[in-house]
Amino acid sequence: MTYENIPKEKFEFAGERDVSHDKKLATKPRSYFRDALSRFAKNKGSIVGAVIICCLVLFALIAPLCTQYSVAYRDSYYTTTLPKAHLFENTSFWDGCEVKEAGKTSFMYYLAMGQETGHNAVKNQQYSYDADADLYTFRLDSYHKIGMIYKAFLADEYEALQTYQTDTGKQVIYPTVPVGSRPKAQQDKNNANYYFQTSGTTKTNIVYGEDGNVIPVYATTAEKGSDGYHSLRIEGEDGFTGTDGETLYYSYARRTSSGYECRINYYEYYIYNHTCVLQDGITEPYFPFGTTGMGQDILTCLASGARFSFLFAIAVAAVNLVVGAIYGAIEGYYGGKIDLVMERISDILSAVPTMIVITLLKLHMGGSSQILVLFIAFFLTGWIGMAASTRMQFYRYKNQEYILAARTLGARDRRVIWKHIFPNAIGTLITGCALIIPSMIYSETSLSYLGIINLSSGNITSVGTLIAAGQSSLATAPFITMFPSVFLILLMLSFNLFGNGLRDAFNPTLRGTEG
Amino acid sequence: MYMFKYVLKRLGLLIMTFAIIMLMCFVLIKLLPIVVPIVQGQDAMITYRQLEARGYICNLVIEGNTVVGFDYVPIMQQLGTYLQRIFLHGDFGIGVSLPEYRNQPVWDVFVEKLPPTVLINVYSSLIGVPIGLGLGIFAALKKNKWQDQVINVVVILLISLPSMVLGLVIQYVFCFRLGWFPLTMKSGYDYFSWDMFVSMLPAVFSLCLGSIAGYTRLTRAELSEVLTGEYMLLARTKGLTKGQATLRHALRNSMVPIFPSILSEFVAVLSGSLIIEAMFSIPGVGGLYLDSITYQDYDFFMLLSGFYTLVGLLAGIVVDISYGFIDPRIRMGAK
Repeated sequence: MTYENIPKEKFEFAGERDVSHDKKLATKPRSYFRDALSRFAKNKGSIVGAVIICCLVLFALIAPLCTQYSVAYRDSYYTTTLPKAHLFENTSFWDGCEVKEAGKTSFMYYLAMGQETGHNAVKNQQYSYDADADLYTFRLDSYHKIGMIYKAFLADEYEALQTYQTDTGKQVIYPTVPVGSRPKAQQDKNNANYYFQTSGTTKTNIVYGEDGNVIPVYATTAEKGSDGYHSLRIEGEDGFTGTDGETLYYSYARRTSSGYECRINYYEYYIYNHTCVLQDGITEPYFPFGTTGMGQDILTCLASGARFSFLFAIAVAAVNLVVGAIYGAIEGYYGGKIDLVMERISDILSAVPTMIVITLLKLHMGGSSQILVLFIAFFLTGWIGMAASTRMQFYRYKNQEYILAARTLGARDRRVIWKHIFPNAIGTLITGCALIIPSMIYSETSLSYLGIINLSSGNITSVGTLIAAGQSSLATAPFITMFPSVFLILLMLSFNLFGNGLRDAFNPTLRGTEG
Repeated sequence: MYMFKYVLKRLGLLIMTFAIIMLMCFVLIKLLPIVVPIVQGQDAMITYRQLEARGYICNLVIEGNTVVGFDYVPIMQQLGTYLQRIFLHGDFGIGVSLPEYRNQPVWDVFVEKLPPTVLINVYSSLIGVPIGLGLGIFAALKKNKWQDQVINVVVILLISLPSMVLGLVIQYVFCFRLGWFPLTMKSGYDYFSWDMFVSMLPAVFSLCLGSIAGYTRLTRAELSEVLTGEYMLLARTKGLTKGQATLRHALRNSMVPIFPSILSEFVAVLSGSLIIEAMFSIPGVGGLYLDSITYQDYDFFMLLSGFYTLVGLLAGIVVDISYGFIDPRIRMGAK
């Protein structure tokens, strides 16, 4: 169409100002999550919490890779061994030693160990003597206090051990002690640390030499057997002159029906056994967090237990989140009778104590794994909270104008639920998730502690199992419970701080009402 | 009248929930194989007769001295018998597999075990409530000053501290290292003697420290909110001193949510002390419950499960109902 009566030059293009009525926003729009994030970042406590959580997660992930032990590792001699770190070896803290006060007999027993082998049970062979109380004070090294043990070898094992000694120059086998000179009491009979002259009916009273030290009584033979090797510390390896002028040799093994019984240094033997025989990657006894009464490495167990707890808690939280969100959405959106019935169901389920659920599940599923039992139990009781908070959000938003608008435009129920209402509940749900993880770890810990479930099987252990195992030796070895407890405290504390921060960030209106 | 209706409705719901849970429990338990230990050298006949007497099995076929066959009683029939016994005779069953309480009435053992559990919780509340409220009020009055900050940090610490760890620390430091208290609770039935009280204290402390933190946090939050109210300003304008205004107006109003939480905490703590009871070997209900699980003594388990479920349900209902009684403005169930 053309306008004939209006000259062309009267026409002009409509300026932009006439078309756009909305002013462009000067600043960028902030999304809900960005807003929440900035609020979260302002809260110092929750940042600290987040950092601690990251550290704990990293510990759980990395520590099992760094230690030389596995959860299944056990040792019958290195039990309740004290924590030791190489860094602190020369200090009197975290060096695997404990302060001990003892009388002369007991003290010399330990001192003699170091005199024979050079593996000092008394740290650096240093001690102080209190003449008034007749007591020796010294630092007892829990890595060397085992000293010697008697161990039976088959002939070829014995040969292999000898080869190892010749190759590495480390002495494992020490001259054996004649059966007649060994202690008599039942509990000391196989104690290989009595290599010196003793007296008394039980043969445990030490006889001191002129220089105040113990007098070794080694078994001797008249001929140098094929079992001989280059001894490293004991003088007279190549024979020495006996009291009657004949040449004698030290006897390194006692023949038994099936092979040899040797007197070996357990520290050296441990290294030999793990590097050459078992070859499981263990180079030396070294437990940064000590060992339990069963001889497990606490660091490895704690880290594996923590890793398991985290994975488990996240898995349960995820399942709870999905089920709770769907259930709560249906409840809240449809309301009315559906809501009433569903609410009754969740009411009843939430009133059942977790204990009863777990016990019944365990009794019914006795054969299957306890992890599954725990998973189902936590799931049965855990999703209700999620459902309740989703439901509440739905009640809050479902009657608002924008929902009406969406519905007028023809949105279906599903779209309204997931696209328009559900995003409002995400904040509360994330907070719920963050708070459900520590509570789950805590319940798991208490249930293991009470002995209702036992997750420690094979290569799996849990923090609660460790704490429960340590309580029996709380008086003598408090460090066994200390490390898992500290972990648990840090975990609960950081998750509480983190969760509170999240809640404040997502729901600024709730701030302060719950502290 | 609204109130009365509301209470009735809540009680009805409580009984319904309780009945459904117990029914599920009963059915699930009866589906399990019967665990009845045969004491060494005991005639198998006696065991079967016992089972028959307890209503597990019927139609015993006996040839000579051995049992040839029997039928299981249907679960619903067993339920009938069970309920009949409870309501007509007050008989909750007889201990079967718990060695200590074999052939003893379950209810009597339960009643015997109740005092230590209740006492510990009463002591814990008696110590915890005043301290918790006091600290909370103090913190609210000194809000955002250093006293408040210190209390806040302590509260967060105590709330995060799992009761298990708290118990262990108390046991190690006070019982073992310092030797102030015995490691475990004194045995015997003289519950009100001084020795007994002292031996209970570690467990009481382990229980109440957590609730002190809870009360403090709640009181501080509520009171500091109330203190900023307009009517507080009015009260001061009328000429009341700060103390008077706080005591007469603020504290009373802040008690509306606090008091129910004290009540519910008192009820709920009854079921929350399982760990503490196990740790300090308190001869209470918790230990009995754990034993009944270990030894699969189902009559004990049913009774104690009922106890714990009921306690949990009551704790919930007490809060809602007490709101209406404390604050006349709240009319529960009003349209």
